[in-house]
Amino acid sequence: MSLDLDHFEMALLFAAVSSILLGLVTKRTDRERIRYGATCFGYFMLSLFGIGWLMHFLHG
Amino acid sequence: MPSTTVNTAPVPLRSPFVVVLLGWAVPGAGHLLLGRRGRGAIIFATVLLTFAVGLAMRGPMFQITNAGDVLSRLIQYGGFIGDLASGLIYLVTVWSGYAAPDLAGHQADYGAKLLVAAGLLNILAMVDAYEIATGEKD
Repeated sequence: MSLDLDHFEMALLFAAVSSILLGLVTKRTDRERIRYGATCFGYFMLSLFGIGWLMHFLHG
Repeated sequence: MPSTTVNTAPVPLRSPFVVVLLGWAVPGAGHLLLGRRGRGAIIFATVLLTFAVGLAMRGPMFQITNAGDVLSRLIQYGGFIGDLASGLIYLVTVWSGYAAPDLAGHQADYGAKLLVAAGLLNILAMVDAYEIATGEKD
């Protein structure tokens, strides 16, 4: 079996699993975990699109 | 309300060393030993998923080598530690003969990064298990 994810799909997977674990190990209640995990995921996405557009403009 | 409950179940007395060692060997097993079944299952699933996708993308494992300049060696050593941190999943994969070549292109490159990421996620889980075992955390 061979999988060929593109950059966005791979970044999405990494952001999802990292956010889940960060929420799980850093917070005490389930509600806090979900909220923190979602926040982390949002920041990952914000960075992904932000840096993507930055590179787009820098490359001209 | 289950969504806001704090897990205040007493932590079984376990040696932090055993908990960390077990958590390294099988991701989430340290938490399982401490009675944190749900947390252990999520850790196992996330680490395994990341590692499996890395394998499916034919990511090469990092090797300890003395070839190349200092930066290349540093990358190889760091990557090797990241790979090794996945525990038995990594060892079984290597022992079963998996040896994907380090090809140019994004597919193998992303695969290698995901294999390392799986190990780094497991290190995060091992630190959490250690803190629970020593009583620093609920």
